[in-house]
Amino acid sequence: MEKTVPASKRLMKSSKSRMNGEFTGRLLVTLCALIMIAATVSITIFLGTKGLQAFIKNGVNPIEFLTSANWNPLKEKPGYGALTFIFGSFAVTLLSALVAAPLGIGGAIFMTEIAPSWGRKVLQPVIELLVGIPSVVYGFIGLTVLVPFVRHHIGGLGFGLLTGTVVLAVMILPTITTIATDAMSTLPKNLREGSYALGATRWQTIRKVLIPAALPSLLTAIVLGMARAFGEALAVQMVIGNSRDLPSSILDTAATLTTIITLNIGNTTYGSVENNTLWSMGLILLIMSFGFILLIRYLSSRRKL
Amino acid sequence: MKNLKKFGLLMMVAMIVAFAAACGNGNNSASDGDNKSSDGGNKELSGSLVISGSSAMQPLVAAAAEQFMNDNPSVDVQVNAGGSGTGLSQVSEGSVQIGNSDVFAEEKDGIPADKLEDHKVAVVGMTAAINPKVGIDNISKEDLIKVFTGKITNWKELGGADQKITLVNRPDSSGTRATFVKFGLDGATPAEGITEDANNTVKKIINETPGAIGYLAFSYLNDDKVKGLSIDGVKPTDENVQSGKFPIWAYEHSYTKGKADGLAKAFIDYMMSDKVQNDLVPNQGYIASSKMKVERDAKGNMK
Repeated sequence: MEKTVPASKRLMKSSKSRMNGEFTGRLLVTLCALIMIAATVSITIFLGTKGLQAFIKNGVNPIEFLTSANWNPLKEKPGYGALTFIFGSFAVTLLSALVAAPLGIGGAIFMTEIAPSWGRKVLQPVIELLVGIPSVVYGFIGLTVLVPFVRHHIGGLGFGLLTGTVVLAVMILPTITTIATDAMSTLPKNLREGSYALGATRWQTIRKVLIPAALPSLLTAIVLGMARAFGEALAVQMVIGNSRDLPSSILDTAATLTTIITLNIGNTTYGSVENNTLWSMGLILLIMSFGFILLIRYLSSRRKL
Repeated sequence: MKNLKKFGLLMMVAMIVAFAAACGNGNNSASDGDNKSSDGGNKELSGSLVISGSSAMQPLVAAAAEQFMNDNPSVDVQVNAGGSGTGLSQVSEGSVQIGNSDVFAEEKDGIPADKLEDHKVAVVGMTAAINPKVGIDNISKEDLIKVFTGKITNWKELGGADQKITLVNRPDSSGTRATFVKFGLDGATPAEGITEDANNTVKKIINETPGAIGYLAFSYLNDDKVKGLSIDGVKPTDENVQSGKFPIWAYEHSYTKGKADGLAKAFIDYMMSDKVQNDLVPNQGYIASSKMKVERDAKGNMK
């Protein structure tokens, strides 16, 4: 054993350890990315195989599944039509976006254009507060406050599309507002100044210049909000009524894909037809969320600024 | 070089996916526990026990498990809810030692019922529950069926208030619904209404909706927020269920795969002991199965 380590060795070592640091850092982040990709890919594969079992193994007709409103899995002659739930999911999603989009974008314009200093100071925390409330609490508030309110003042049972829409609209409002605010505030200053220089009023500037310029991002905000609404289960389940009939008015009870899954999946046994059709509904939700992502990609690719 | 990197990345993704998939299939039996050491009666029990299934049974079983662990400090009992279907599936594939269910295993699709041993740890009685403002407290079975199939739509037809009837159902797959339909409605399919799963939510909805009717376990009829109906003049009480007079009740089952042994047997024996049956079971709102004077099989035939 040598008593002193030669300089070359020490230097080699230190250079090696620096290389190691570089390499470990790179490995770490790459690993993180790979795990995320792997998780997504495995969920897709898993849900794909599980979701198709009902059609492949149990012989449920996929066309009937998508187009029939007859959901009676436990009858002598079972029906596996999920149309009611697909319709319900789309109905609450679109309606809640219809309510939340103007509110969210309006709030964003207020925060960025009308009262940027104090508006943002007040409104931003208020909106962000909404994100932290668990969805079961939204559901419970809906059940306790909104359902009786609708029953007394508007009509129907109180349970139904309308109540579900309102609850969901509040839930997706923060998503839409936050993204819309970011989009509006990153618009270059010279757009506003150019418009004012031409003699436009503030409202003309907002309407004719700023909104069109930020439109792709605003649409992205709405689509992200819709994606959240589409996947929401707990809150909606408590207020929508979960009936199997196609709703004929906005006050009628309805059901969504997510609520039917959460109500039934624990009670059904693995591998039974009903369980498998519930997985198929999960697959529909996944496909829809891919659809939403593709839409967002398309919208943001159109952004010019 | 760039292509090589891309290829490497792809390979790694593929490998991780394959690994994850393999894991997913492989670990079903990971929680089998080390409960083989406790066959002799005198030996102190040790090891761990995993129980899953019916969320309606979870409070009872969890309370019993807690007492059981106090008596046997080196035993670890885990009680998970998740639903009857989950419990039956998991016990028959061996991933838990005890699976709890509100319904007979024979009644569920895809469960090898002959491979499971049934332990009826408690009985739960249930009846139609109405909003107190409806103003009736007895209903004939015939009328009950008419109400639930939508042939009677206003309480005034039954001598109650002039209120539209609103049905509060359970989801198709629910054990409570199966029991109520079988013994309360003689198999008639209920008309559409509001559907909720949790007993507490159902109770809240019945309490707040004028003219609402649903079905609840006896343990949820302990205050005046909802009213439990007598059926054909028979009051919904534990005694009437035990004597076989009141028709709507079901067993709470604990299933084991094959004959119960080791820790699972010890725990089920404990559940069936007088200590639990006379004390915990009634306290949690169930009826002791040891006190039943009638018996019922999977097809619903009384003995």
